[in-house]
Amino acid sequence: MSSLIQLTLVRFKLVLREPEAIFWIFIFPILLAVGLGIAFRNRPADVLPVGATTAQLTQALASDHGLKAAELDEAAGAHALATGDILLLAEQGPNGVTYRYDDTNPDARNARLLADRAIQAAAGRRDAVTARNELVHETGSRYIDFVVPGLLGMNLMGSAMWGLGFAIVEGRQKKLLKRMVASPMPKWQYLAAFLLSRLAMLVIEVVVFLGFARLAFGVPFRGPLWQLAFLCILTSLVFSAIGLLVASRARTMEAVSGLMNLVMLPMWILSGVFFSASRFPNVIQPFVKALPLTAAIDAIRGNMLQGTELHQLLGQVAILAAWFCVPFAVSLRIFRWR
Amino acid sequence: MADALSSWEKTEASAARARGPSLRIRGLKKAFGDVRAVDGLDLEVFPGECFGLLGPNGAGKTTTIEICEGLTEPDEGTVELLGRNWKTGAKELRQRIGIQLQETQFPDKLTVEEAVRLFRSFYRRGIAVDEIMRAAQLEEKRKARIGGLSGGQKQRLAMATALVGDPELLFLDEPTTGLDPQARRHVWDLVDDLKRAGRTIILTTHYMDEAERLCDRVAIVDRGKVIALGTPQQLIASVGGEDIVEFAVSRSAQSPALAAEIRRGGRGDGARSELSESGTASAAIDPAILKQIPGVQSHRVDAGVHQLSVSELHTAVPRIFAALEAQGLHLSEFRTHSATLEDVFVRLTGRNLRDE
Repeated sequence: MSSLIQLTLVRFKLVLREPEAIFWIFIFPILLAVGLGIAFRNRPADVLPVGATTAQLTQALASDHGLKAAELDEAAGAHALATGDILLLAEQGPNGVTYRYDDTNPDARNARLLADRAIQAAAGRRDAVTARNELVHETGSRYIDFVVPGLLGMNLMGSAMWGLGFAIVEGRQKKLLKRMVASPMPKWQYLAAFLLSRLAMLVIEVVVFLGFARLAFGVPFRGPLWQLAFLCILTSLVFSAIGLLVASRARTMEAVSGLMNLVMLPMWILSGVFFSASRFPNVIQPFVKALPLTAAIDAIRGNMLQGTELHQLLGQVAILAAWFCVPFAVSLRIFRWR
Repeated sequence: MADALSSWEKTEASAARARGPSLRIRGLKKAFGDVRAVDGLDLEVFPGECFGLLGPNGAGKTTTIEICEGLTEPDEGTVELLGRNWKTGAKELRQRIGIQLQETQFPDKLTVEEAVRLFRSFYRRGIAVDEIMRAAQLEEKRKARIGGLSGGQKQRLAMATALVGDPELLFLDEPTTGLDPQARRHVWDLVDDLKRAGRTIILTTHYMDEAERLCDRVAIVDRGKVIALGTPQQLIASVGGEDIVEFAVSRSAQSPALAAEIRRGGRGDGARSELSESGTASAAIDPAILKQIPGVQSHRVDAGVHQLSVSELHTAVPRIFAALEAQGLHLSEFRTHSATLEDVFVRLTGRNLRDE
């Protein structure tokens, strides 16, 4: 057994001594989460710029918090409208007010509604029904909440597959695999060491990423944490097994990276990392659902966002278990040691 | 000349033989497509022996040794190591033999000590990591990354990983190929230590001087077959002469350049490749005349250079000079050296070891 420990230790050290690996495994997912978090952050409702031709109208418009009003004469107003500096120009005519705006622009339509309400209210209109606003910003329904489990799944897939695939093919190219089987080392231990060192890495990887998502964005963890941990481990094992299979015959780095991309690309697109997989047509849904990354991300999302219990996720877990057993068994059979 | 073994060594050797061979190969054959890499090979290696497989690249040495190591399946024939075979005793054999392969590259980012420790963990019993570091003279490099080691140090590390299980049978496949002369001598010293410790070693090489220096017995392998077998002394003696005379002749008067060539040429077993570049066209010479000279055992021409194997060098050389003089030929090159295993190979195959 000490040989299994040594093999795992060696694998672990080799990964940690590879600066690029550290970047892709630990830093990259955080950068991605930060980028997406900034891009899709929930901003306060926009203040819409509008203009009016008289001081009275301008004052009426400025009384609405959703509007920013400027007093402009007709020529300046038309110019500001054309260049997009304002969305709407309210003109005082002899028979009332004229609103000039582009009705294909949703913001301009909003400005029209707000401006009319402000001007009518200033003119003395009373609401027939009293209404009160209660604002809701629910965590768990934001885009960042949706995308964090997706990124986690994608990262578990990428680091397991690249980590295993490259290390194995490199060992084969440098005849290290041949040297290993020339020693009394049990072959299964060599492969098992990859899985074990992945699991050790996984603890750091997942804790760093989810910890960041929690602290920076307040992403919720509604399901039991041990079940989330179980899902992460299962996901990592699945992609380690697939990585092993992909690398089991390849002799060159080019061959193995081509195969990896071939395997991973459909999942990046179809498995609902950045948007819901249910957007794809019904015809291909069974295929999409059978992909390991879809199952993994669905299960992790269910756990984190809805607090779904493991026994309600048995479908996904079964798909993942199959994606672990079959590739691992096949790669043990066809693995090329020299 | 025949048997260099002292009577004590003879007793020792026969006692080892009585225990049965460490390695026995019978009728080994292996083909890769149309190429018959190993073509009916028989060998026996006895305990405590350092046995060399000598031959040019592509002779089938590596295929043979990898079949012995259980890494390649033979097409035909049997291999028995330490009384076991690979079909039924693989697990036990892996524990009892040590292997150094050609061109293994250990991970660059691992340290020397980590690599040795890893391999030590595969063996139930073996040599302590500290001790093996000392034996392989890698103590100073313990903490160094493998990527920063020299070729010789990497080779010693490969040998350390082969030795760490305290093997009863050690395989070294081209242990010094690609090393500079100093690193080669370093590896030789290491092999000497192993021999003194009584280990059974099987090594392949295409360097005749290496085989001569290290091996108790040598099998010369060519095209998948053993073409000669014995102690280096026996094999050299089989050439029929103890010295080799090499010369080139021309009919023209000597040019200053050629005279310089002769001066450079008089230093024993110089590099042969240099000769063919000397630009001297070989003048017609009747081999029969040379063979009639007393003491000349054989004659051949290679790239314009005549090679005679000669006994009684001191009396034969003046006669060779005289014979050439009588033919009206001028020497453009002349040198002599003691016969080596290379000459044995040339004699047996008509080719040079390094021609391949």
